[in-house]
Amino acid sequence: MSETLLAVEDLYKAFGALKATDHVTLEVRAGETHAIIGPNGAGKTTLISQLSGTLRPDSGRIRFGGEDITRLSAPARSHKGLARSFQITSIYRDFSALDNVALAVQAHAGHSFRFWRDARGDARLRDPARAILDEVGLGARAGVLAANLAHGEQRQLEVAMVLATRPRLMLLDEPVAGMGVEESQRMVQFLARFKGRQTIVLVEHDMDAVFSLADRISVLVYGRVIATGTPAEIRANPEVRNAYLGEEA
Amino acid sequence: MPRRGRTLTIVALLALLAAVPPLAALAGQPFYLDLFRRVMIFAIAALSLNFILGYGGMVSFGHAAYLGIGAYAVGILAYHGVHDGFAQFALAIGASALVALVIGAISIRTSGLYFIMITLAFTQMLFYLGISLEEYGGDDGMRLAGRSVFAGLLDLRDPMPFYYFVFAILVACLYLVHRLVNSRFGMVLRASKSNEGRTRSIGFSPYPYRLAAFVIAGAMCGVAGALFVNQTAYLTPAFMSWTRSGEIMFMVILGGMSTLIGPVLGAAGLLLLEDLLQGWTEHWQIILGPILVLVVLFAKRGLAGLLPGGGRDE
Ligand SMILES: Nc1ncnc2c1ncn2[C@@H]1O[C@H](COP(=O)(O)OP(=O)(O)OP(=O)(O)O)[C@@H](O)[C@H]1O
Ligand SMILES: [Mg+2]
Repeated sequence: MSETLLAVEDLYKAFGALKATDHVTLEVRAGETHAIIGPNGAGKTTLISQLSGTLRPDSGRIRFGGEDITRLSAPARSHKGLARSFQITSIYRDFSALDNVALAVQAHAGHSFRFWRDARGDARLRDPARAILDEVGLGARAGVLAANLAHGEQRQLEVAMVLATRPRLMLLDEPVAGMGVEESQRMVQFLARFKGRQTIVLVEHDMDAVFSLADRISVLVYGRVIATGTPAEIRANPEVRNAYLGEEA
Repeated sequence: MPRRGRTLTIVALLALLAAVPPLAALAGQPFYLDLFRRVMIFAIAALSLNFILGYGGMVSFGHAAYLGIGAYAVGILAYHGVHDGFAQFALAIGASALVALVIGAISIRTSGLYFIMITLAFTQMLFYLGISLEEYGGDDGMRLAGRSVFAGLLDLRDPMPFYYFVFAILVACLYLVHRLVNSRFGMVLRASKSNEGRTRSIGFSPYPYRLAAFVIAGAMCGVAGALFVNQTAYLTPAFMSWTRSGEIMFMVILGGMSTLIGPVLGAAGLLLLEDLLQGWTEHWQIILGPILVLVVLFAKRGLAGLLPGGGRDE
């Protein structure tokens, strides 16, 4: 069994009376794609936000690579190797696609108190950014303003930005949400290429995507993890079928 | 190429400004030297505000503070017999940078309406401090004991060298802001304005970058203040009044936020229009108001958006 990269211990977060994260304990192993599924409002995004440092938990602990990161800020966690995509696409709409990715490269290329040289003429930022855009299939769209990209392309761009930070763990919140069938298949194929060499936490409603990508799946219902296991185990779990998957699965 | 058009527009505008003194002399209207020098001084102030407001998203409603500090730095030294321009301008830059550091360190932790209110509150504090300085004229202010003298170089008592001195500083500030906003530093600043959550998630902490920008803008506006007191030959706490802050902000919006040349156009637009209307009627403010509202409503990118290539930086 491979080592644990991320360990969530008894994490708890409430919004008023609503227990959005209800004593969640979870392990993500190095190299695996770990899917988190569950009905709307189950607390998937809230969990991701606590992992990425956007939201503070009320109690519990998060360990990453053996280190307690519960109190670290989002930028500090990014530098530890955590990167996230957002359910609602979060990109720089008023910058070109290439600028978007180059900014993510820049964030991990030392401090940015560099006041004089033109950042857009800096090959140390542009070359890696261009390579990553090619990788996600946006190479031909590098110069396009992000706001003018199609919805699916914007989702791809956000994944490109996540990759550009060279993360040890990618947290992807519904990467194929709102995509057409073809686009979403391409994204799934793209993510499949990372299997084994990149650790991924994948929140997704699209069950085809989940079952073709996940090594293990955790099911979240009302803030609680009701089951964790291999795709086969999760499919066979009566409680999960009842709570979420229904009869079709 | 929009970039090429923009550069041409800027060069043409600067050439116009450079041609004002000979044209004014030719027309026998030395008054225009005075007017356009004032325009350029406010252009520097507006440029510095645009750097943090247009590119950094920091709605500082107290930018007149640095105009006042720059003016008082020169005024107080002159009062005590120090007319050396190097010392005066060094103090103006140092003091306004320091005050910007303190105000910025506190206000940048907040955002939105709080940020506006805190920057306003600090400036009001400085305004009252100016009033309480009895030695330097208190409420009424005082005459500048003498204009700045840069020994061996120039003497701001001469209108023409003074004009080109302001012109040179404006050009330098334009170039500086151009370099800054396109540098790695500037990219972080603009990214933080565009999408703060994304910026933090990819690993940037916006705070130190915003603070540095705030200090640079404060220092730049301090220079405008030092020039302004040389222009008016008089200084009063009114330099730091909130209406003055509003005026500078208005120039930025009128000219076109987050464009390089916008603040220059905004300063020229507002001050020249004011001057024109004042010549026509004493109720000029009643006419000025609606004109400005119309420009802001219909020119989305301000005056810069109306010029070839003058719009927003890509
Ligand atoms: N900032 C907030 N304040 C109050 N309630 C919140 C907040 N954020 C989320 N919630 C609530 O917490 C619960 C969990 O929300 P969350 O967005 O984590 O669900 P989700 O599993 O991601 O749902 P979906 O599948 O629709 O994306 C929901 O009931 C939601 O309304
Ligand atoms: Mg969600």
